[in-house]
Amino acid sequence: MPRVVFKGSSYEAGGQSVLDCLTSRGLAVPSACRAGVCQSCLMRAVRGGVPEPAQKGLTPTMVARNLFLACQCFPTQDLEVALADDVIERFEASVSAIERLHDEIRAVHLRPSTPFEYRAGQFVRLFMDARTSRNYSLASVPALDDDLTMHVRRVPDGRVSGWIFEHVKAGDSVTISEAFGDCFYVPGRTEQNILLLGTGCGLAPLYGIVRDALNRGHAGRIHLYHGSRDACGLYLVDELSRLAAVHPNFRYRPCISEGPSADGYWSGTPLDVALEETPDLTGWRVYLCGNPQMVEAARIQTFLAGAGSSEIFADPFLVSGTEATPVLNSH
Amino acid sequence: MALYEELGGEAAVNAAVDIFYRKVLKDNRISRFFTGVDMAKQAAKQKSFLIMAFGGPNNYTGLDMRTAHAPLVKQGLNDSHFDAVVEDLGATLKELKVPDNLIAQVAAIAETTRNDVLCR
Repeated sequence: MPRVVFKGSSYEAGGQSVLDCLTSRGLAVPSACRAGVCQSCLMRAVRGGVPEPAQKGLTPTMVARNLFLACQCFPTQDLEVALADDVIERFEASVSAIERLHDEIRAVHLRPSTPFEYRAGQFVRLFMDARTSRNYSLASVPALDDDLTMHVRRVPDGRVSGWIFEHVKAGDSVTISEAFGDCFYVPGRTEQNILLLGTGCGLAPLYGIVRDALNRGHAGRIHLYHGSRDACGLYLVDELSRLAAVHPNFRYRPCISEGPSADGYWSGTPLDVALEETPDLTGWRVYLCGNPQMVEAARIQTFLAGAGSSEIFADPFLVSGTEATPVLNSH
Repeated sequence: MALYEELGGEAAVNAAVDIFYRKVLKDNRISRFFTGVDMAKQAAKQKSFLIMAFGGPNNYTGLDMRTAHAPLVKQGLNDSHFDAVVEDLGATLKELKVPDNLIAQVAAIAETTRNDVLCR
């Protein structure tokens, strides 16, 4: 009989769903509809296969992370599971370089000491000490880059960003979590068009996703709009312009939302400029990263413009304490 | 045949959910009730509502419906708004070329939630 392993203990599944198997023993697993719809009981398979019906209705990125609905999962083999949000693993990494991208933004390049799996666009938690940590999105691509790269903006009075700007140097050892997040490129459907909208350091995951998609030979259009109040807030402009020159299906639009327009830049928010150029997003896949107001507005506007609700992927960067970092959630 | 199968089951729900939700968000009569809600979560809720209205498998409880809508009732949610949603649902099904007699059955199921939604 298949068994369910959870938090170090093992339980006979006995023909029950994973949810019933665990909750009937008094273990706390969130749930609501118990009909495979609300996705409250989202869990993650750590080891063992999940029967297909347990992933019905999940987005491709959730499936790729081995997430499943506990209420719909009737194990056919032993299965080790975890709550979707639980931090499971920590890794040691050495800082290979700190690179200046911009006055207020540094690229932190890290080399984990043990094999580290992630997808371009996910984020990791960087620990300053046992109690202080922030999430940073990864701009690197596993197939292209040896190091993990995060973009860190200096936040006024930010503890972790201040520590990175003032103290962290090449050769230092730091602790990071495994990678999280659903905002990443999923191979397949290579003809599908992709729209990416970002503000500020929200460019980091999008930069990873764009390069990942191009490297995998994505054939559909890939349109990236990066916005800031003024031209000084934009970065990686040359790198992205070069990429656009090499790949005819890749369009890059650096956008300035305030002040006078400038040569080589587009005037308006990334959302406005994108919808002006492409008013009909039927069939498009959409990635949104950065300022939470922008992300929420763009989520609704791109949906109303025709993008499917299950094809809009977002990482809103919330200010945690005083620092902007992607929100750690299951969705 | 049961209504849910006749409509096309889960595939029909998937085809309808985005069209329906777009209509609701664009409907000036009711869009204000959706400002500031988490769209991803809301899309899942719309889907579970459609499964129920299509006569599909669900764990509908009037209590959940009341709890979920109580804050909206405080903001003035009333019969006219409920009618607007049912109308948008009907228009969605019409767009998907569902026959009128089935649309009427869906509307009748939706109607059974009126008092719970309006917390009466």
